[in-house]
Amino acid sequence: MEFLSKVFIDPFVDMVAAPDFLMQVVWEGLVSGVLYALIALGFVLIFRSSRIFNFAQGIMVVFAALTLVGLHEVGVPAWISFALTLGVMFLLAVGIERVVLRPLVGQPDIILFMATIGITLFLIGGGELIFGGENKRMITEELGIPTGSVVLEPFGGLLILEQKDITAVIGAVALVVALLAFLNYTRMGRAVRALGDDHQAALSVGISLQTIWVLVWFIAGIIALVTGIAWGSRAGVSFALEIIALKALPVLMLGGLESITGAIIGGLAIGVLEKLFEIYWGQPLLGGNTEAWFAYVLALVVLLFRPQGLFGEKIIERV
Amino acid sequence: MLDAAPDPETLLEVNNIEVIYNHVILVLKGVSLTVPKGGITALLGGNGAGKTTTLKAISNLLHSERGEVTKGSVIYDGTPVEHLDPAALVRRGVIQVMEGRHCFEHLTVEENLLTGAYTRRDGRGAVSDDLDLVYQYFPRLKERRSAQAGYTSGGEQQMCAIGRALMSRPEMILLDEPSMGLAPQLVEEIFGIVKDLNEKEGVSFLLAEQNTTVALRFAHYGYILESGRVVMDGDAASLLENPDVKEFYLGMSEAGRKSFRDVRSYRRRKRWLS
Repeated sequence: MEFLSKVFIDPFVDMVAAPDFLMQVVWEGLVSGVLYALIALGFVLIFRSSRIFNFAQGIMVVFAALTLVGLHEVGVPAWISFALTLGVMFLLAVGIERVVLRPLVGQPDIILFMATIGITLFLIGGGELIFGGENKRMITEELGIPTGSVVLEPFGGLLILEQKDITAVIGAVALVVALLAFLNYTRMGRAVRALGDDHQAALSVGISLQTIWVLVWFIAGIIALVTGIAWGSRAGVSFALEIIALKALPVLMLGGLESITGAIIGGLAIGVLEKLFEIYWGQPLLGGNTEAWFAYVLALVVLLFRPQGLFGEKIIERV
Repeated sequence: MLDAAPDPETLLEVNNIEVIYNHVILVLKGVSLTVPKGGITALLGGNGAGKTTTLKAISNLLHSERGEVTKGSVIYDGTPVEHLDPAALVRRGVIQVMEGRHCFEHLTVEENLLTGAYTRRDGRGAVSDDLDLVYQYFPRLKERRSAQAGYTSGGEQQMCAIGRALMSRPEMILLDEPSMGLAPQLVEEIFGIVKDLNEKEGVSFLLAEQNTTVALRFAHYGYILESGRVVMDGDAASLLENPDVKEFYLGMSEAGRKSFRDVRSYRRRKRWLS
């Protein structure tokens, strides 16, 4: 009985007793959720337009952040390093298309998946070779991101919002809105979506796979850079970030591999739920550190009931 | 060949092409044909005769299916095009409408049509004029313009696919099996529109079709393919009257209808190929 009450009653009593703390937990969860969602978005874009499950998305986050910091370290001004990093991500996209995707066109999906694991290892190796393996500080202030904090007092309590987290959320929202506008209202965006629906038909109307692939990988690179900056400013920049990037996998299972909405909602849901679970159930009952596995277990449970994910694209079937 | 009068203006010329899939499977064993400017040419034959492969060899969609033209040449408007990618061909005015429609299911009908204009560089105004033109030919598409293409009917999807091709301002459309899975009435309607497009917009057609009767009624000229070879060609009217065509493709013979078994044994005795 006592155990049941600890699981089913006490946590909720705690939540109601300290609503400001609950809000703090939810906010923290939302911020990580936004970043999970961004990484998942990179996955979804590449998956939709090329059916490639891009294992390298996580490491692209680290690579982008390292490039940014590394360029700044050798004396390049912050904003110029930002622009140069974008350039590097573009070259990476072109390189991947030329060297990896083009020769493998028409091969089974699993081979392309293996190729992205190859890209991952290459980026890890290359990144360590160039930038070294130690943890680096993200150039947050240099990029003009405010680092103070906003203190609110809801319900007479205390809620501290870090300004860089707020910036990250605003940045992520702006990125998503821009992306959706691009996909829905431009010629190239339409081509990306068309390619996601039917490769052959896209080819037949003269859409060039190569151009769209470079474009999609470049967008994934931009997303990686933004995620890298946001995450790096919280946790520093090192290859340990990749573990966080892997969180995108349960997000995808939850949201569905093909759905942009799914990636966003899945990311936010996992961010918030894992934080809530850790604070109210994990620490008191399981000794903490549940964040490491909670997302995966949640994804597993979802898969049992909805194999296509919560928002997996509806397969249109006509009878 | 037989009674083909040499046409003054040949738009497309396919010379003795051979196509191999996956480096081993020989599908076309030397197909030659010509399509005159402003004509509707039909490519007939049964399942697996090589109609689709011929069209894909011309539009160069073979590559993504691991197929390859290993011999022969394709000449469009006087220049060899067999090494151009599909996008370059679309820019030159050759576009394929694939078998089975292949609309972009999750895009709306109008978005589908707009993707057809992907290769164009002549500005939004011209594109939206053409959109109106497509809607004139296919008023049904206008009604369904904001429906997701995957949820429209088979006929609407076929119209959408043809409309999408029109949006590229083609000189020539390679139309693969437009009658597939459609009710006879719809087939008539779609062929009627093809005829209209041919006469009013001057679009030339090369169409692959299993429905021999309908195809020959609307086409000017026909080629009959069997096992990757052209076995017969001629004016549509003369093909319709040809006793072999009647027997094999229209199921008629002078002795009245034969049972399928008789037809097959007859065929074994008299072969076009050897």
